[in-house]
Amino acid sequence: MQLLFLLEQVLNGLLVGAYYLLIALGLSLIFSLGGIVNLAHGAFYAIGAYLAVTLAPRIGFAGAFVASPLLVAAIGVIVERLLFQRFYRSDPILSLLLTFGLAMVIEQSLRMTFGAAPLPFSIPRELRGQVLLGDFIYPRYRLMILGVALAAVAATWAVVYRTSFGRVVRAGVQNPEMVGALGISLAPYMTAIAALGIGLAGLAGVLLAPISGVHPAMGAEILTAAFVVVVIGGLGSFWGVIAAAALVGVVRGLTIYFFPPAGEASMYLLMALVLLLRPRGLLGERIQRFE
Amino acid sequence: MTTFDRPDRRALLKGAAGAAALAGIGMPAISRAQSDVIRIGHLVPITGFLGPLGEYAQMGVKLAVEEVNASGGVLGRRIELVLEDSVNPQTGSAKAERLIERDKVAMLIGEISSATALGIGQVAQRTKTVFINTGANSDALRGQNCNPFMFHIEAANSMMVTAVGQYLKSEKMISGKKWYSLTADYAFGHDLFRVAKKFVSENGGNFIGEELVPTDATDFSPYLLKIRQARPDVVASNLAGNQITNFIKQYAEYGLQMPITGFGFDTAVAWGAGQDNFSGIWPLIWHHLVDNPSSKRFVDAFTKTYGKPPENQAWGDYNSLKLVAQSFNELKSTDSQKLAEHLRKGAKFDILKGREGYFRAYDNQMIQEMYAVRAKPAAKMKDKWDIYEPLGTVPEAGGDLEVLAPPKDGTCKMPA
Repeated sequence: MQLLFLLEQVLNGLLVGAYYLLIALGLSLIFSLGGIVNLAHGAFYAIGAYLAVTLAPRIGFAGAFVASPLLVAAIGVIVERLLFQRFYRSDPILSLLLTFGLAMVIEQSLRMTFGAAPLPFSIPRELRGQVLLGDFIYPRYRLMILGVALAAVAATWAVVYRTSFGRVVRAGVQNPEMVGALGISLAPYMTAIAALGIGLAGLAGVLLAPISGVHPAMGAEILTAAFVVVVIGGLGSFWGVIAAAALVGVVRGLTIYFFPPAGEASMYLLMALVLLLRPRGLLGERIQRFE
Repeated sequence: MTTFDRPDRRALLKGAAGAAALAGIGMPAISRAQSDVIRIGHLVPITGFLGPLGEYAQMGVKLAVEEVNASGGVLGRRIELVLEDSVNPQTGSAKAERLIERDKVAMLIGEISSATALGIGQVAQRTKTVFINTGANSDALRGQNCNPFMFHIEAANSMMVTAVGQYLKSEKMISGKKWYSLTADYAFGHDLFRVAKKFVSENGGNFIGEELVPTDATDFSPYLLKIRQARPDVVASNLAGNQITNFIKQYAEYGLQMPITGFGFDTAVAWGAGQDNFSGIWPLIWHHLVDNPSSKRFVDAFTKTYGKPPENQAWGDYNSLKLVAQSFNELKSTDSQKLAEHLRKGAKFDILKGREGYFRAYDNQMIQEMYAVRAKPAAKMKDKWDIYEPLGTVPEAGGDLEVLAPPKDGTCKMPA
């Protein structure tokens, strides 16, 4: 029986991993191309959630599910064009300060517009309910999140590794000067990747709004966990983020099973352990400019 | 509301310098040297996980000032609020000191965090300035940390437990039942759980699970699986702030059927959980459905001003300002010493409840009736505010109000 409960926590951990993956994927993407550590990522996640709350009563949850990430991505285009673009080649501390400030401006704007109290938002009726497999229980909504997360990963992978667009992006990560020498302007590619990454944060916001509190500080709440996942996976590694998200989900679940007070601390211990044994993270590649 | 018609640039600059020196964020909302107004300092956390309550607190106190000033003010003078974000215990105490020393406020109202309230209480005692705590629940503030200048309109943890406990007893949810609790892993949660466990055990219930939840947890699914495996009769929350919202939402998501209840609670977190998710029986110091004329007037005025009904936190700050204004008028003085003596002598106040409240001299706790609410069946909820129905009043009409108050166990020794 004990073993069965453990297995249930492991499987649930994988499901929770999908939740971390959605938030961390875009963060990793933006970092790997431009070297920008986007501290405002959580704020874009919050914008996604607030858009969902605002739009869903008018165009339905399905409509908000499509429209919010697109709108957040559009904001991403503006932010990249106006701000990020100036910081790709500069000291990382500058982009850290910039995105930290941006996160505070966005959080405060949400507070001024919508108030500090959490806004009510629920799972749409069609997606409520649980799936029972033997003794195991899975909320239908969480299974849907898992599906969407996997689809987002597959689509991102296809764009980065299976298109000519992706080839330029990957070349840009390796050697931006050479890409420039070949007569290709990287700027629009950078914009597109930032929009994709920030759009993914918006997607995470829409999907998590029904199962967590929608309040202005919700972005700050999840940002640290997202960073931990990216660091464990290895900065800039695509598959590393996926492995790390699953690992963090499972380790957290098991820790809560055996010793709940350490539930959230477990991911930081895991990160410390990984960094000690393998400083570049699970699947991180050596990135020249950081070594 | 107070406005400033000709801001004194020098005062503003000094305010900015002072704020920077104290490592605080933001400037006082109003700072102007003038003696024809009575200044009252208000401190609450505006950001962080208590921010939503802080916002309601400011709305409540501003409305009270508006009403007092509209009806002629206090002793012929207008009340001017100085609103501050208390941020954390260090900043909160520093700002309390600055409000008293530099802004010369007559007294202080506010706070929600028990840790910050402790710091402000110490400043109040040292400077002999009255501080009315409107949101901090820790019993220790009324026990070992009590002092003659710190008053509590907010209920202590033990009052919340006793209030909801009466209903849990009559719903036969305690005696012989298996309980499973989730407790926020910091001082407030520990204090609340200690009192709750004592109450449940004394009434014949037992805990088969007691989990501590880190305050940064947003996903509760591993806990929900453990609860499902343990099959308790009742699930109890000693969680705090936004945690309760997340917990209620995910409890509904996992479709668990055990009745839930909790001991610390604010209406904002219930409203934030949403109509389809809210369930359980919960204690409240006041709620917007309390059925008496003065309460209804407050709900109408608040809703008219802010476009939404008041939360229980707004009730505390609104009433504190009102009772201070009334006391100043009766005393014909704004002296803090005299105010403290007046309040400690048991002056009675209309606090928008069926019965009047008063501060008892033993620990300066406001003795008052309290309420419990139960989630409405989802089909009966009319809108996003209409999600609970009142279960009634504790103690029942004619009962001794003091049965709710923390026990006079001698831990509070008022320093002279």
